[in-house]
Amino acid sequence: MTSTVVLVLAVFAASAVEMVEALTIVVASGTTRGWRSALEGAAVAVAVLAVIVGAVGVPLVHLVPIDVLRVVIGALLLVLGLGWLRKAILRSSGHKAMHDEDAVYAKTVAELATAVGRARPQRDALGFVVAFKGVFLEGMEVVLIVLSLGSSAHRLGLAAVAAAAAVLVVGGAGFLVARQLSEVPENTMKMAVGIMLTSFGAFWVGEGSGVHWPGSDLAILALIAFFCAVTALAIAAMRHLLTARAGVSTVAGR
Amino acid sequence: MTGAAGRWATAFGRFWWDFLVGDTPELFAGVLVVVATALLLRHERLAAVLLVPLECAAFVVASAYRGRRRG
Repeated sequence: MTSTVVLVLAVFAASAVEMVEALTIVVASGTTRGWRSALEGAAVAVAVLAVIVGAVGVPLVHLVPIDVLRVVIGALLLVLGLGWLRKAILRSSGHKAMHDEDAVYAKTVAELATAVGRARPQRDALGFVVAFKGVFLEGMEVVLIVLSLGSSAHRLGLAAVAAAAAVLVVGGAGFLVARQLSEVPENTMKMAVGIMLTSFGAFWVGEGSGVHWPGSDLAILALIAFFCAVTALAIAAMRHLLTARAGVSTVAGR
Repeated sequence: MTGAAGRWATAFGRFWWDFLVGDTPELFAGVLVVVATALLLRHERLAAVLLVPLECAAFVVASAYRGRRRG
């Protein structure tokens, strides 16, 4: 039960974060090249991703032994989770610029507006391709998370539903607020998702290898608490590093 | 046909390389170490339960330190 709730939360949050990024590109494409092509590009990308989940996910669950699946998928989740956590630590400690959807939006609009063929025909190939690529590439990460978490817990359907719910919620909200996607606390959400993916990854690698976690599924909560503490300590230490270096530069500059 | 298939295979391989390894090869190597630890220590319950999360923490902190802004 505990792992199911955490699984749904992890898939929903990860999908929501990726959807915000994809939606920024679709909105930028829609406003500059026309909505028809942008929406068609996004819809085709979602359809392709759904086919991938069905084609890869279902055989994965039925054909691969569960312990092998859990080790491989746990490792994949660790690669994704540790990567997200690393970025979150660097961003929160000031070592890397925060992800800014306004900046992404402005950059995409500028690129599309200056592209060849400013006139907008009924169907705009560039608008379609940009929207398709944005949704497909961001959605690929969601597909991997759905397949990983869903198949290792034998809850592929539930994981897919959680991801679809995130797509609907963020998609609906996104079109209502249009350009105010920067209001979404994306960096904080990414940190939370990084912690959850890392916790699930460590848990499944252990389970698949034959390690018996104390408390069974409840160990996931302990792992989440542990990685929260590690992240907080790492951010504090990295901030200290930055301020200490700034202090040295100031003294040296005098 | 062979050329197109080759290009597709190269692009496919590059996509996965960028996705899994990218600019943080130390994290990919770290995950392999974590998996090896779990497999080797599966009968040493306490050691595995402690070492797997500790190794993850050590690798992410080391990778963040490596990626810090260098003045």
